[in-house]
Amino acid sequence: MARSRQNPGRFLVLLVPYLWLGFFFLAPFLIVLKISLSHDVIAQPPYAPLLDLTQGWQGLKNFFSQLDFSNYALLASDTLYLDSYLQSLRIAAVSTLILLIVGYPIAYAMARAPERLRALLVMAVILPFWTSFLIRIYAWMGILSRGGFLSQLLLYLGLIDQPVEILYTNAAVYIGIVYSYLPFMVLPLYATLEKMDHALLEAASDLGARPIAAFWRVTFPLSLPGVIAGSLLCFIPAVGEFIIPDLMGGSETLMIGKTLWTEFSVNRSWTVSSAVAVVLLAVLIAPILIYQRAEVRSLEAR
Amino acid sequence: MSLATKTPKSLGALRRTFAPWSDPASRPLIRFEKITKRFGDVTAISELSLDIYEREFFALLGPSGCGKTTLMRLVAGFEEPDEGRVLLAGEDLAGVPPHRRPVNMMFQSYALFPHMNVWNNVAFGLKQEGLARAEIAARVEDMLQLVDLAGYERRKSDQLSGGQRQRVALARALVKRPRVLLLDEPLAALDKKLREETQLELMHLQQKLGTTFVIVTHDQEEAMTMADRIAVMEGGRLVQVAAPAEIYEQPNCRYVAAFVGDVNLIEAKVAAIAGSETALVSGSFPSTIRVGQRVDARAGDTVWLALRPEKMRISLAAPAEANANAAQGVVHDIAYLGDFSIYHVRLADGTLLRAAQPNLTRLVERPIGWDDKVYLSWMPDAGVVLSR
Amino acid sequence: MRKGLSFFNVVSLALGFAFLYVPIVLLVIYSFNGSRLVAVWGGFSTRWYRSLLANQQLLDAAWVTLRVAFASATLATILGTLAAIALVRMGRFPGRTLFAGLIYAPIVMPEVITGLSLLLLFVALDLERGFWTVMLAHLSFTLCFVAVVVQARLVSFDRSIEEAAMDLGAPPLTTFFSITLPIIAPAVTAGFLLAFTLSLDDVVIASFTTGPGATTLPIRIYSQVRLGVTPEINAVCSVFIAAVTLVVIVASWVTKRDAFGRERAAQLAAQA
Repeated sequence: MARSRQNPGRFLVLLVPYLWLGFFFLAPFLIVLKISLSHDVIAQPPYAPLLDLTQGWQGLKNFFSQLDFSNYALLASDTLYLDSYLQSLRIAAVSTLILLIVGYPIAYAMARAPERLRALLVMAVILPFWTSFLIRIYAWMGILSRGGFLSQLLLYLGLIDQPVEILYTNAAVYIGIVYSYLPFMVLPLYATLEKMDHALLEAASDLGARPIAAFWRVTFPLSLPGVIAGSLLCFIPAVGEFIIPDLMGGSETLMIGKTLWTEFSVNRSWTVSSAVAVVLLAVLIAPILIYQRAEVRSLEAR
Repeated sequence: MSLATKTPKSLGALRRTFAPWSDPASRPLIRFEKITKRFGDVTAISELSLDIYEREFFALLGPSGCGKTTLMRLVAGFEEPDEGRVLLAGEDLAGVPPHRRPVNMMFQSYALFPHMNVWNNVAFGLKQEGLARAEIAARVEDMLQLVDLAGYERRKSDQLSGGQRQRVALARALVKRPRVLLLDEPLAALDKKLREETQLELMHLQQKLGTTFVIVTHDQEEAMTMADRIAVMEGGRLVQVAAPAEIYEQPNCRYVAAFVGDVNLIEAKVAAIAGSETALVSGSFPSTIRVGQRVDARAGDTVWLALRPEKMRISLAAPAEANANAAQGVVHDIAYLGDFSIYHVRLADGTLLRAAQPNLTRLVERPIGWDDKVYLSWMPDAGVVLSR
Repeated sequence: MRKGLSFFNVVSLALGFAFLYVPIVLLVIYSFNGSRLVAVWGGFSTRWYRSLLANQQLLDAAWVTLRVAFASATLATILGTLAAIALVRMGRFPGRTLFAGLIYAPIVMPEVITGLSLLLLFVALDLERGFWTVMLAHLSFTLCFVAVVVQARLVSFDRSIEEAAMDLGAPPLTTFFSITLPIIAPAVTAGFLLAFTLSLDDVVIASFTTGPGATTLPIRIYSQVRLGVTPEINAVCSVFIAAVTLVVIVASWVTKRDAFGRERAAQLAAQA
């Protein structure tokens, strides 16, 4: 567009969402950071020091001098937190891997389906997502509980002789995460696979490659952008997942989202929970940036 | 301009006398004044000046990347020049946005509005002008009649064939009665038969409405058939601007000679210039080549002789004319095109020349075949000597 | 290699969709279970639906949830569409990377972080927590999803159509409203539905940012679910599922009918 035609209206289109996101997304992180460096008090709000701008420069200096890292020291000293972080990463990573193994065949089959069926299949994958996340977790709770459907089924098939409770174990958490996040893995994979030129596979076959070889050497490498997008889209939020471990996990399930929530609502320590959030963000910043760069790059590729 | 203008007795009669570019008194409708346009590091157009006159059917011809589309978009208003001015009827168009220019464009992809039917597509531009409903309806109906789409008003663009979509795009632009219609590769998406029909339709339409048409194309046949004048472009510059016949028969350089039609280019040195004739020597030919024009060069300069294949005669016996140029060679290959046969003849020094002969009889077996020894001959004024 | 579904493909699809849908089906079945215990089938009964209608708390929460979802989704659609336009159409302006980051990061950000940070913002601003804070919170994170959906559509949008409109005399704003917007409308609608669903569904962020009198349905359900599986919740969920399924079926029936008619006409045109 010509320089002489930059009308001010165009800047508004940019400015409004930019300011909104900056204010409601970026600024809060700074506040979280600040509070993580504060200490708890019995007051409203339950932390100190407060930033009092009326005191001018002296007020600012006072403010900064009172910040301390005691909350972070607490996080470092208590193994509970370290365990939570590590377990969250582990559970999220394993779940993502399972999601990839389960989701890839589904996405692949969808991409190979006849044209007319594809829209229907996409709809069928998204439909459970439209129904509430909580509802679906709740459904699994019913299935995995002691007297639930799975237990009854296994009893009926004679595979076990006593009712089994899978609920309140780490296994249940894995099932819950895989179930909830499946559309987030399948859809990016499907989008990438669908765009793949079928002639490439035909060329591979023509040159002597058997189907399995053609898959690993042609299809899978070309679907890598979808694999990465889907994996990040599942892994990152799964690390901080809270509802699933809370409802379906047991006492040995330590996930950082739950820890944060406990600090906040049970221990009523806003400062420690802020510190937990800051560390979690620091851990996830690298994958988040990778995800964002990949998306922007694919945006600019067109 | 009323559409009821009487159609002239013949297209030819009108076109023969139409040459405003050679009339010093006439003023151009579009003037490009020393236009330079850059995109980042790439210079798309470089100090280009050109005049286009009213009622012309003008063609910008060149390979992709030569700058022709950019030049067209400068007129439409989708780009602004970095240097120079674009003038329409004497007025500088700088800063005038596309929606306020009396110029309309027919896009290569047609760019029909998919959510509107034919009628609304065509009426869109008139609605933007704020005309009365009755007038809009009248003009839309008229235009649809003109492009042969009466009865298709309710159809949407995915219910139309390619040729029909093109006519909607045409109607949509022309209904606004612009001073200039820009056409971006108008025939590229059509198959051969449709292309020929559409070529003639466009020419008739242009004559009837008297609008100035500027088409952008890489297809030299298209340009040659439809245009009053062609501008051959390369690398952001104009190479030659002239009527089709002049471009074809009097190219000003090898690039133009090779770009339009088939040509034999023979490198030679000027031996002597005498009167209105020039003599050239070339390693490919045993004797001096006689050229019936006075070449603007000096003895010893390297020049190129451009010979069109259809101007060369091929025969088994030596040519009879005394002043004909001749060379001997062996038939290397024959391309049979039905109406023409093109003989690829290899000369003694390995040079390959092409001679085209119309197949005037219905013989299936021709007298000249592969590996035959033949004579190629041409008259002194059959070729053009090019100095660059 | 022929195109089409192999046996393995069909099995993958069947298993995959079974996995997705069986829990939902079971849920609906059990909502009609006469007995309170999951293990025992007490005969077909609609008692849980009847008690649901009498449960004022749940009904209030449902109403709040709908209002929050509708308000936040509407505003999120507007802001998200603006953001998408800025991202796709403004070229490389300074600060673009940060802007893109602000749009993509919330999509993957764990909800506990988003929830906590927004609550702390509201506290710092001394805003009373309630309907408006939940609405603002939902608006802020769902607008990013809308932006991503609309951006995907804008990227594949044929700009020559907009140029044609301007060439024919439409100034930029008119071009946007009469040409661009109608064409990207499906994507904008999809964005709205996505934002609506995300808001309707959200537990964590709502828990952090809500206040007295603005308890949402998911929060209610969540607090009851923590105590164990109850058939009344099954009934609520089944109603929810039925409503959503109905909307989706109607929506796709409407678009399919239109598409079918146009496909027929396109076939006729191709023969012409």
